[in-house]
Amino acid sequence: MCEACPIIDWEHELTTVRSFVATRVDSAMTDHIVWFDRYDRDLHKGFVGGKNASLGEMMMAELPVPPGFAVTTNAYESIWRDGDLVDDINGLLRGIDHDDHAANIETSRRIRARMEAVPVPDEVAADITEAYEALCRHCEIDDVAVAVRSSATAEDLPDASFAGQQDTYLWIRSADEVIHHVRRCWSSLFTDRAIAYRHSMGYLHHSIAMSVGVQKMVDPVAAGVAFTLNPTNGDRSQVAIDAAWGLGEAVVSGEVTPDNFLVDKVLREVVKREISDKHVEYRLTPDGVVKKLPVEEERRTQPSVTDEDLVGVAILARKAEKHYGCPQDVEWAIDRHLPAGENVVMLQSRPETVWSQKDVKAISRGNGDPMSSIVSTLLSPLHDKNKN
Amino acid sequence: MADNRFPSPFKIEGPQGVDGWEELYPYSVSFGEARREYEESRFWFWDSMHWGKALTPWDSTFMELSIASLSQMNSRHYRIPPADGVDFRVLYGYAYLSPVGVDPEKIEARVPQFTERAGHYFANWDQLYENWLVKVKDTIDQIESIDFGPLPEMEDLSVVTDGLGIGSGYELLSEYNRFKDLILKTWNYHFEFLNLGYAAYLDFFGFCKEAFPSIPDLGIAKMVAGVEVDLFRPNEELKVLAQKAVDLGIARAFDDPANVDLAGDAGAEWQAAWAEAEDPWFNFTSGNGFYHFDKIWRDYPEIPYAFIRDYIAKIEAGDDISRPIEEIRAERDRIVDEYRDLLGTDEDREAFDGKLGLARVVFPYVENHNFYIEHWTMSVVWRKVKELGATLAKDGLMAADDDILFLRRDEVNEVLWDYYSNWAVNAPTAAAHHWGPKIARRREIHERLSAWQPPKALGEPPEVITEPFTIMLWGITTESVQNWLGSDDGDENALTGMAASPGTAEGIARLVFDPEDVDELVDGEILVAPITAPSWAPVFPKIRACVTDIGGMMSHAAIVCREYGVPAVTGTGFATNKIKTGDRIRVDGSSGTVTIVG
Repeated sequence: MCEACPIIDWEHELTTVRSFVATRVDSAMTDHIVWFDRYDRDLHKGFVGGKNASLGEMMMAELPVPPGFAVTTNAYESIWRDGDLVDDINGLLRGIDHDDHAANIETSRRIRARMEAVPVPDEVAADITEAYEALCRHCEIDDVAVAVRSSATAEDLPDASFAGQQDTYLWIRSADEVIHHVRRCWSSLFTDRAIAYRHSMGYLHHSIAMSVGVQKMVDPVAAGVAFTLNPTNGDRSQVAIDAAWGLGEAVVSGEVTPDNFLVDKVLREVVKREISDKHVEYRLTPDGVVKKLPVEEERRTQPSVTDEDLVGVAILARKAEKHYGCPQDVEWAIDRHLPAGENVVMLQSRPETVWSQKDVKAISRGNGDPMSSIVSTLLSPLHDKNKN
Repeated sequence: MADNRFPSPFKIEGPQGVDGWEELYPYSVSFGEARREYEESRFWFWDSMHWGKALTPWDSTFMELSIASLSQMNSRHYRIPPADGVDFRVLYGYAYLSPVGVDPEKIEARVPQFTERAGHYFANWDQLYENWLVKVKDTIDQIESIDFGPLPEMEDLSVVTDGLGIGSGYELLSEYNRFKDLILKTWNYHFEFLNLGYAAYLDFFGFCKEAFPSIPDLGIAKMVAGVEVDLFRPNEELKVLAQKAVDLGIARAFDDPANVDLAGDAGAEWQAAWAEAEDPWFNFTSGNGFYHFDKIWRDYPEIPYAFIRDYIAKIEAGDDISRPIEEIRAERDRIVDEYRDLLGTDEDREAFDGKLGLARVVFPYVENHNFYIEHWTMSVVWRKVKELGATLAKDGLMAADDDILFLRRDEVNEVLWDYYSNWAVNAPTAAAHHWGPKIARRREIHERLSAWQPPKALGEPPEVITEPFTIMLWGITTESVQNWLGSDDGDENALTGMAASPGTAEGIARLVFDPEDVDELVDGEILVAPITAPSWAPVFPKIRACVTDIGGMMSHAAIVCREYGVPAVTGTGFATNKIKTGDRIRVDGSSGTVTIVG
């Protein structure tokens, strides 16, 4: 039994439902929906979660993020107006024995099933439906495929990404399916691992709310990640790119050894390429589902990205780095359907953590006298400097 | 090959049948017993970058004078703390160099001397450079004014009426000595700024390498390089003349560059434009200026005419051949801003600004001296050497106009004495009989030396190459020496060199050894050469990539390829040995590798 765990105080929270005012009056902006291309940090940040905020920031920086919208935490909180749901979930949480792993998995399953069974309030469903249809019109596709991603928000917690489990559902079509998967994202706050993590950290379950991102799916020829520095020596003039065929999942999950490239972000040249054998890829099949497929023989050892597109990725990554003011770790994709030059899209950008945490020391050694600098250049073996 | 040293200069077996070859060069440049211990203890590399072919006695002059001038600036003028001069020898007709370091115990004492002397140049660079241009142009004028015409039957009356008391014979001997002095002066001037310029560049270079460990050399070069550079002017003038030919409706006259007929008013107008550009801009050599056989555009107009023909074809095809100055400038600014922005601290940004600023102050000299000395001055110098050779042949002292090339410059003094004294006496000269067989033999020796393949290096290499100018001027690094040593190992189909100009290309190789063969290049081929010269610039838009045996980050090929956006790998050491015309090769100018694919 755990008295600390229950979702207490939801009611108190709900009596003070927060709201924000959209920057522009627009029918598509509601308390439940924030469009990425109209994201305003000051107004929306607390309502869209970390991931969505980052997408909004990228849009603001004119980084080519696929179009989409955030379903705000207001929408999530609306489900807790249902007193029966609150009671049921609190009951289930109270019954948890944190040492019984198998039982917890079952409890999590029951909490999630209970949450997903509750109908989404009508006004929320209507807003999501309207937004999805607007996205379809915008993309000129009848039932545009979207990615539905959880985007947890926990303003006071330093590690929101761990505190809330992050679910992603790809290739979702139709408004009903979107609503269904939004609900699944909400419930992903209660995976067994998320529950256990919050418990071990002493976080209240309701200290975290869930926003959901709905974004046009890219259909990538190739995708991967990019670091805006050379991870082997910290050189910030280079971008390290990992890439493989199809969706980025193959790279992120480590199922294939990706092609590895180094691109000079200033000169915009590919300076190093290591092409690996990429035996599988995640692809959208004609029936609209994503499958892991074997890569045909001749394509396996081909570079998954052209030099031109690698430079495109590097330019984007640099743009993100400039915008955020620190080295970034960027997810990107090359869309199959967009024309060359517009086909490199960004999915995600996060601060790079390894090199960024090192102290930045001046290399000019404090001595501004040009002559003594020249003398030391002539005296010190240039060879050593060149070695790196 | 696992040996970690190169053969001793005393163990090299030269070509057959060249006994007495040492006589072609001053005794002081031969390896020999006098300095054997010293010579055997040193590392010598063949400077094929400047002297890829066997030297004739007169060609050797410029090697000796230039390396002595370089040395003197390091050792005696500026007191470069760790570097004295570069020692030089000729072995079987080829130039071998050996940088001389300063005794480590004496380096410290030279620092204040260097700081004061070099500091003066850095502080007053622009003014000194302005003055340098005046000095060099004045030297050119003086060389131009030298009269090496035949001695007259009778002195001009004015010699008598002006009461001069001295005549043409005295003038000729004196002019020849003045000529030699002016050449030495020219080469002193050549190095007046060069090493200091490189030192300032090197300082910025080292800073960039520290800030960005993976920054390519050319990234640094691009920040420093000038946009409007005198060295590019000859090529720009050709474009203007091509456009003028099109505008005047006489484009077809250039279809056969060897037979260009410029009759009529339009032709006259075009020729006037040519004459305007010709001096100085077409004092432009198709080689590197160091050899008598280098062809100068002014003297061989079929070379620039062929380039003009190619430009005309581009203009007629609707291509824009102009150099996009604004774009180049904007790109340079972008690169500088990006690197600057990526630096970690404001302190570094301040240091970056200072070092880049100084590098840019010194760089116009580094870029332009090549036009003023190697091209312009040397064009005039070679014209004068040939003028004197023709005079000596005309008056029967030599059998052929170019016999003079097979005399050492001091031996020419003897011939001139023979000429002068017997002109004075009005008696037969002995030169033809004395020099005729010697020159015939020297021609034979030179031919055999030319066919010989000299070793890349001699003696024991230092563990690490730290001598800044060896790295900077010759692009010789610890790695490249190791490459030379281990050249028998590794992949027969792969070469590595300097990543001189980025990008990758695959195509058919064409080997070009002689500047005059440049015209054989077909559109889309890859140029493979021991070294290239700036005057080859017009072929760079035609080629897909460029590979050279020799050359560093600032070599001509590197600079011109970057300018034209053509991938280039320089300093491969062996490209012309391993690659054959017709081979399919892949050039990666970003990583510095060349692969023979078929």
